Formats: sequence, C-alpha cells, structure tokens
Amino acid sequence: MTFPMPDLLPAAPEILVLVMACVVLMFEAYAVRGQADRSEIVARPRVAGYVLTLLTLLAAAGLTAFTANGVSATTFSGMFVDDAMADLLKLMTYLAGIAAAIYSRQYLADRALMRGEYFALLLFAVLGMMVMISASHLLTLYLGLELLSLALYAMVALRRDDAVAVEAAMKYFVLGALASGLLLYGMSMLYGLTGTLELNKMAATLAGGVDNPVVLAFGLVFVVAGLGFKLGTAPFHMWVPDIYHGAPTAVTLFIGSAPKLAAFAFVIRLLADGLQPAHADWQQMLAVMAVLSLAIGNLAAIMQTNIKRMLAYSTIAHMGFLLLGVMTGELNGYGAALYYVVTYVIMSLGAFGLILHLARAGFEADALDDYKGLNSRAPWLAALMAILMLSMAGLPPFVGFYAKLTVLQALVGAGWIWLAVVAVLFSLVGAYYYLRVVKLMYFDTPHSHEPVLATPGDARLLLSVNGLGVLLLGLLPQPLLALCLEAMRLTYG
Amino acid sequence: MEFSTVVFYFFAAILLLSGLRVITAKNPVHAALALVLAFFTAAGLWILLEAEFLAITLVLVYVGAVMVLFLFVVMMLDINIEQLRQQFWDYLPIAALVAGLMIVQMVLVLGGETFGLTAPAPKPADYSNTRELGLLLYTEYVYPFELAAVILLVAIVAAIALTLRRRQGVKWVDPAVQVKVKREGRVRLVNLKPQKPELKAEEDEA
Repeated sequence: MTFPMPDLLPAAPEILVLVMACVVLMFEAYAVRGQADRSEIVARPRVAGYVLTLLTLLAAAGLTAFTANGVSATTFSGMFVDDAMADLLKLMTYLAGIAAAIYSRQYLADRALMRGEYFALLLFAVLGMMVMISASHLLTLYLGLELLSLALYAMVALRRDDAVAVEAAMKYFVLGALASGLLLYGMSMLYGLTGTLELNKMAATLAGGVDNPVVLAFGLVFVVAGLGFKLGTAPFHMWVPDIYHGAPTAVTLFIGSAPKLAAFAFVIRLLADGLQPAHADWQQMLAVMAVLSLAIGNLAAIMQTNIKRMLAYSTIAHMGFLLLGVMTGELNGYGAALYYVVTYVIMSLGAFGLILHLARAGFEADALDDYKGLNSRAPWLAALMAILMLSMAGLPPFVGFYAKLTVLQALVGAGWIWLAVVAVLFSLVGAYYYLRVVKLMYFDTPHSHEPVLATPGDARLLLSVNGLGVLLLGLLPQPLLALCLEAMRLTYG
Repeated sequence: MEFSTVVFYFFAAILLLSGLRVITAKNPVHAALALVLAFFTAAGLWILLEAEFLAITLVLVYVGAVMVLFLFVVMMLDINIEQLRQQFWDYLPIAALVAGLMIVQMVLVLGGETFGLTAPAPKPADYSNTRELGLLLYTEYVYPFELAAVILLVAIVAAIALTLRRRQGVKWVDPAVQVKVKREGRVRLVNLKPQKPELKAEEDEA
C-alpha cells in the first residue's frame, strides 16, 4: 500500500500552535524545578508562559496572513481545508487570544492564576478552534470541538478553591458532554444515511436525493440541538449565564469571544458545507431557535444585577441574530453572519476587558452597582464602556448597528420580512439594558470616590484601541464588511 | 432465524439489562461490575460484526485497565450514593415518561429497514481486521489520530493542573537532594582537646 505524504503547509499554523503549547508546558515544568522554596512558587506570577503565548499567536497570525491567498487547499485526505473563510476566522481567533491574554494579565496575577498551565490551556483551546475552523470532515469537526471544550472546562475550574467557579465548570462539563452526545448521535444518523463523513461528499449524496427523508430530519434535529447547545442559543442556553457568571472574568472574556468564531465556523461547515441540500429542513429549526434566543436573551437580561450575567444573556440574543443570518441559506446571509460574529467578538472583548480592567485583588467589579458614577471616577473608561454598550445595542454610528443592518438586509432579501421585524423589536427591548449601564455610569452617584487603580499600560492602550476601533469600524464599515463578504464568496461562491 | 441472529439478541438483551443495572444499582460496586458486564457483551457484539480488534481492545483496555482502576476508586471512597441520588428517584417517573416517548418515536422513525443496509459479503479467512485498521489509522486518518492524542494531552494537563496542589507547611523530602547527600553534609568531625573536668562545675550541680 502506498500513501502520499500529506501536504503540511496549509496546516502550518496549527502545527506551530501545538508545538508552542507543548513548549509552554515544558518551560513551566523546568522553570518550577529550579525554584528552591515551593510555597513561593504558587504566589509569584510567572510571565514566561504569557510572553510565549503572545509570541506564538503573533507568529501564527503572520503565518496565516502570509499563506492566505483565497484559494481553497485541502490536505490530510480531505479532512483539513484552508480557505478564505478559514483564514479570516483564524486571524480573528489569534487576535481574540492576544487581546484575552493582555487584558487578563493583571487579573490573573492578582489571583495566583498567572501560571504556565493557564496559557498552555489557552493555546490548546486556540488550536481546537483552528481545527474546527478548518474542518471538512465530521470527525475533525467533532475532535476540534472536544479539544476546545476540554481546555475551556479546565480553565473555568482552574481556581479550585472558588466554589462558584467549580460549580460552573461542573455544569459546563456535564451539559457539554450531553451536547456532544446529541451531536454525535445526529452525526451517526447522517453517516448511516449518506455513508460518508466527508462534508462535501455528504452534500453530493444528499443532493442526489435520499430514500428516506425522515431519517435525515431525525439526524438533523439532533445535530441542530447539539449546535444550539454549543452556540448557547435558546432553548439550549441554560448553561450560558451560569458559566459566564461563575468563571473567573478572564476566562469569561475568553469564552465569550474566540469560541463564538469557532462555533460560527462549525455551524457553517456543517450546515452550509455538508447539509446545504437539506436547507429547507434546518431553516425552520434555526428560525425557531433564533426567535427564542432573541426573546429570552433580551428579556432575561433586563432583570440581571450582575454585569457578567447580563452580558451572558446578551450573548444569547446576539447568537440568535447570528442564526438569522445563517438560516437564509444564501451567500449574502452567510456573509452577514460572518460580519456579525466578527464585530460581536470585537465588542465582547472590549466589554469584558473593561470589567477586567476595573477588577482588583479581592474585587470583581461585576455588579451593575459598581458602575454607578464611573464617569466621575474614570471618565475615559466610562466613555469606552458607553461606546461598547451603545454599539452592542445597535445604535449608529457604531459598528454594532451595521452588523445588525447587514443581517436584516440579508433577511429581507431572502423574503423573511416578519423575522426581520421580530429581530428589530427585540433589539429595541435589548437597547434598554445596554442604555441602563450608560445611565448608571453618567447619571448616578458612585458608592465610593476612590480612583480606579492604575492598571498596566498595555491593557489600557489596547482597551482604548478596542473601544475606538468599534467607533471607527462603525464610521467606516465598508472595508471589514467587504472583506467578510469576499471571504464568503471565495469560499462558497 | 440464523444462529448469529440468536447470538445477537442474546448479547443485546444482556447489554441492555446490564446497562440498566449500572444506573439503578444501589451499591456503586455493583454498578461498576454491571458496567464490566456491559463492556464484555458489547465486545461480543463487535466480534459478531467481525471487528475482532476493537472487541479485544475493549476488553483489554476498558475491562482490564479502566474498570479495575474505577473499582479501586469506588471501593476506597465512602460515598453514600443513595443520598446523592435522592433526586434521581424523585425525577424517575417523569424521566421514564420522556424516555418512553422518545423510544416510541425513535422506533417509529428508525424501525425496520430504514437505512436499507444489507449484510456485507463475508471476508476471506486470511483477512485481518487489525491490519486494515492499522493501515487506515496511520495513513488516511493520521490527522484525527493526532488530534485525539492532543485531546488526551489536554486531559492530562487539566487533571494535573486541577489536582496538584502544594500545601503550605508540609514536611517533604526532595528525593533528588536526598540521594545526593554526602558524608560531609551529615557528619561533622570536631577536634576536641582532652581536658580535665572542671571541679567547680560539679560542685555547682551538686
């Protein structure tokens, strides 16, 4: 039997991240060994893992950008695909990883979490996302998902003595396992029906017509339910608020940003790559999930007193919007959804980054009351938060407005006018709780007048860039939007 | 009915019953043993499907290693599982109702010849399932294979990161330092001059 050596070049960023994750682990193990006093080891923050992680992600970004040419390249017997959408999503993933590391450095150092394991797990999670983004086979799709999830469970539980965090990790783990089970069961049905795990071949088989459409629908129900769990859309959303609330804010920031990109890739690869011929079947399910997510996410967020929980419910609503773009089943809709998820990740990074920025040792800054009168204590931070909140609410001229507008345009273009109306109505409801944060910051009197502690300059600078970026991308929406649409056109056009 | 069909139903019935015992047994040791039985019968089913390598691996890895370890842990921990599962019994009626409905629905959809599968032609006597799997695993499926290895690595890292704790004030010995010890580090020879005991001191004590 002869076997051609797989072309490793398209997977070079993955290989780099894997090797560097192992290097971080080794570095940690040997750096600790040299220390004499072990009690000191736990308390002292170690920055080697942090620096290595940043360098790795930068190098991977360079590698991906350097090899991006808009042409689809497959390798590893058709299980790995490197196309324009993958390149764009991977670049955003690195960016989110870098921002997550920089924002959380001080927070981690204050809580004795600044350890090599944290950053190794972060790199493994990034690797899992990259695998998902580049998967063209059900097996790799699933393995990437498990790699990501496993790293995230561990990151949530890393503060072992924090009962809330451990409970959150436990819930995340059990529900994640259940979702994986549903997904696998659905996939096994699809495999039984089409006889292939490769997404392209599956689409070809389905396009040729199947003997038994009932089994297809049956498999689809499980697959879509599994996707719903992983995306955190209603009615499979119950884990999202608890995990966002319970996890250390640094981990919440990470969970709330980059994995959304991977989840989007997962949905697109599975539904648009593999199950496009069954579009009429999954369209209905996505529509129901999207409407429920918009309703539950926006209404439940109003009642929250904890900002992490509020942002968790807002995530549910945003994921509902994302599904609206996907469910059109058209190139425009996919492009709009891609644009939506990219801009959402930028906004989410900024919002959680700001919470991290205000947190200190022993103070989480996660109650809404902590934001009362922020303007009088730290006007610049309050301004940034206001920009992010207004953008999430979808007000012009911020980028969130254009993201929502693009999705609505795609919806109306596909003839789903009633869905567009529902989405707009619930966005109006959602504007209330975003504006409430702005009101708390500008019009309420603060509990304490102590100034916000000086935090590292790099995090502060990045936060400013992030907030102003949301404004700038809103003033000049065209380049990023064109990039997203072009990536989708190159991939699926 | 063919003989292999009879064997299939025999194994399948035992598998289902033992699976049921795993979740209903009141004693965790019994549950673990029922799981061992479930693995064994599943291995028997795989032998029927001519997947002998998988069957043997299941017995060796799961029954031989994983479950034995699991039994050790279960026996060492003193868990009152009844207390933990109080809610299980409370929710059992409604859970059973939902499960029953789902089973009925699944039988309606999946029953009979839904997939239109026919039994594959029997393989020749010198066909090696193990060899075929090995060839595929390290060639066509090398990418997922490596990914699975990475997942295991993450599991190891996560398990160590979550459980390895260095407590304060624990007396511990570093073996590396211990084996490197030299005589000079332990025994100190002091050159003492011989001298007469001082009478004055003795008087004081007396």
